[in-house]
Amino acid sequence: MAQTIPTPESSLGKPLRATAGSLESNDIFIALAPGEPGGNEITLESIVMKQFGPAILRVIEESLAEHDLTGVTVTAQDKGALDCTIRARMEAAIRRYKEARS
Amino acid sequence: MRDKLMPDMVTALKEAGLADGMAISFHHHMRNGDHVLNAVLEAAAAMGVKDLTLVASSVFPVHQPLIEHIKNGVVRAIDTNYMSGPVAQAVSHGLLETPVIFRSHGGRPRALREGSRSVDIACMAAPTVDRMGNVSGILGPSACGSLGYAVPDAECARHVIAITDTYLDKPLERVSIPHDRVNSIVRLDSIGDPKGIVSGSTSMTRDPVALAIARKAAAAIRASGLLKDGFNFQTGAGGASLATAQYLREDMIRQKVRGGFLLGGITKYLVDMLEEGLFEAIYDVQCFDLAAVESIGRNKAHQEISADTYANPSRRSCVDYLDVVLLGASEVDVNFNVNVHTDSNGIIIGGSGGHNDAAAGAAMTIIVAPLIRARLPIVVDQCTTITTPGKTVDVLVTERGIAVNPARPDLADRFRAAGLDVRSIEELRALALSIAGEPRKVAFTDRVVGRVEYRDGTIIDAIYMPA
Amino acid sequence: MKHYRSLLFMPGNNPGMLASAGALGADAAIFDLEDAVARTEKDAARILVRNALTELRPEGIGVVVRINALDTPFWQDDIAEVVKGGPDFILQPKCTSPEDARTLIAAIEEREREYGAGRKPIRLLTLLETAAGIENAFAIASAHPKLAGMQLGAEDLTLELGAKRTPGGEEILYARTRLIMACKAAGVKSLDTPYPYVTDLEGLEKDAAFSAQLGFDGKTVISPQHVAAVNRAFTPPEEQLRWARRVMAVARKAEEEGKGAVSLDGMMIDLPIIKRAQLILSRAGEAPVSFTEDTAHA
Repeated sequence: MAQTIPTPESSLGKPLRATAGSLESNDIFIALAPGEPGGNEITLESIVMKQFGPAILRVIEESLAEHDLTGVTVTAQDKGALDCTIRARMEAAIRRYKEARS
Repeated sequence: MRDKLMPDMVTALKEAGLADGMAISFHHHMRNGDHVLNAVLEAAAAMGVKDLTLVASSVFPVHQPLIEHIKNGVVRAIDTNYMSGPVAQAVSHGLLETPVIFRSHGGRPRALREGSRSVDIACMAAPTVDRMGNVSGILGPSACGSLGYAVPDAECARHVIAITDTYLDKPLERVSIPHDRVNSIVRLDSIGDPKGIVSGSTSMTRDPVALAIARKAAAAIRASGLLKDGFNFQTGAGGASLATAQYLREDMIRQKVRGGFLLGGITKYLVDMLEEGLFEAIYDVQCFDLAAVESIGRNKAHQEISADTYANPSRRSCVDYLDVVLLGASEVDVNFNVNVHTDSNGIIIGGSGGHNDAAAGAAMTIIVAPLIRARLPIVVDQCTTITTPGKTVDVLVTERGIAVNPARPDLADRFRAAGLDVRSIEELRALALSIAGEPRKVAFTDRVVGRVEYRDGTIIDAIYMPA
Repeated sequence: MKHYRSLLFMPGNNPGMLASAGALGADAAIFDLEDAVARTEKDAARILVRNALTELRPEGIGVVVRINALDTPFWQDDIAEVVKGGPDFILQPKCTSPEDARTLIAAIEEREREYGAGRKPIRLLTLLETAAGIENAFAIASAHPKLAGMQLGAEDLTLELGAKRTPGGEEILYARTRLIMACKAAGVKSLDTPYPYVTDLEGLEKDAAFSAQLGFDGKTVISPQHVAAVNRAFTPPEEQLRWARRVMAVARKAEEEGKGAVSLDGMMIDLPIIKRAQLILSRAGEAPVSFTEDTAHA
């Protein structure tokens, strides 16, 4: 049987990317993937960018710090989620991400 | 009889004397199905005419080609009551060199009658026209029902062109615009897309928040003491407004109240209330759906009225007889001023239409709106744009409580006595902020892209271009 | 705490619904982690519900969380998150025996001890939706002092029975009355099954009126559109309310003036009469008669 070479998506058959949330209104969709070690890169789209863009970014950064996660890229698509929803989706995504890599 | 039928649009416009710098007008009964405005501007562009002022009672997404006509210099200015879609967005970002003049549905006919707004040529979408030039809105493939907004244009413009896809040899039985106001007739293959003119059916919202607002609004009407025989009522076609009308219907049946007239934009739900005997009459300035178009064609109690009769502030119009009007809002500020012109980013999304007319006239004006829409607090310190002054607004109903204008302590007392959840508007504002967080202020340039003219002709606000 | 006439189920993974829970007119909201949440979203939903409980808690209404059943791999994780948020009640689906209820209460208490004191103890509501559950109704109702009420779940039950579910509900009459009897005998609240036909508002009116007639204390609902009709059905008529208000006024006055016995319309106002008046007022949401007082039977 031919040996399979691990792809970026999968090393031990587990995906390295994790997502949480949805694109429904009042929700936020979060995708986490491995990034450059040392820091985190966050891309945010939001329907309330002008009013809440910096606040959303701050909550995402706080969530990453709280869960000691670095070296990831975060892609977030926000549909008007409240802070407690953003925190919940980040926590779910981070737990899934860690589980996928453990 | 001189034949009024012109061979084509260009000939009709030439015969009307179309020249650079003129004002040409349109009504919006074809709504987002309108083919007429685009067809006229295409002909004007082909003729090489420049610098027109577009006096359109509303501009819809279907009018996107207008953007090119503005860029090419065919159209230089816009005078309207409502604007949505690509043109509104482009205008918000500085498409026009001169600010758009925003009027109300009542203010427009006032301006036309007093001559502060002159129109050279009214280019009137006319669902059915006879050889004499009589116009009807209730017949033909592009039937739109009432032609109420076309009446002042027909009476005030120097020249009137009726543009139709249905030309009858025999005289019309029922006439909205009489032949003596029509100078010429042009035929198009189609003046409108029926799907865009009227929606097949306006469906009742299932949004739980809108329904919660509607329940509270219906309770407020019950508690106001205004719900008794002869009750005159207007409602918008928004989700919470229509749902309130449904709850009101149940209350009227339960309390055996027979209302007077229903007013404004008419939908199936209002037609049903007329047919159930809950109201004596519908005074219809505009039909919103097929059921309304059919009803106005067959029911004598369903009457077509002009924009003047509806809301012209220089005479006593229907809005002055309203007991209750239900209206929506993009923003409401702590002084009860209401914005339906712009969204929270400062982009134009509408305009008064009949908003500030009905609010000025009604004994009780109720604004129905969610406290928060997609994280944005609807109750704000100061509206981005003032459409309707707070002194004409009595009540704000949100899903999380009712605020009563301090100028109406009588209503607040009645609501409290009925056990309604009355809060100060500042309290609602604080509640919204506690849930959503404080939004950052949107930055604007000092460039004015629109001016808001109140129904009486006073300029009450300016719309600035967002930074 | 108000008497719960209507308890509204809302999907636990829908942030918009959770945020509007307090504005929909229901006396209690049930954040659902069970049937309304896909298996793959259980983890995310319990986090969302926990945050909604701590940060978006609806004012003035009861908050219930329905967790997953004991025969699933989810319920312990549900408890671990949900107890942090401290709902008023946890609703246990597919409860079939008093042991089921006691197992869950023990797990809740363990988490409560772990997360520290100072919080109000969470009480249990059980959902009887199996033939075994209905047969054990009284034993379950008396299983533990923290068990505050029981709800009938007719959809799963009729499926198990092979009965046809109908708007008239003849097929669930026995289960309804059996559950009410058990609840009354044990001194806990009896909550009716939701009316499952979402758009049939006429059928709902009849079903809710029948439910109140049978003696249920309240009714669960699966659509916000059902809340108003259920509240109406479980609200005493105006003349009863007027009578109850007068009884309470007379009784309070007598107490203030230190009078022993008073009468109203020729009727002695004694303790049973006052209790009846209090019950009527509490059902209209007018007087604070809490679940605790009603269920302090231990």
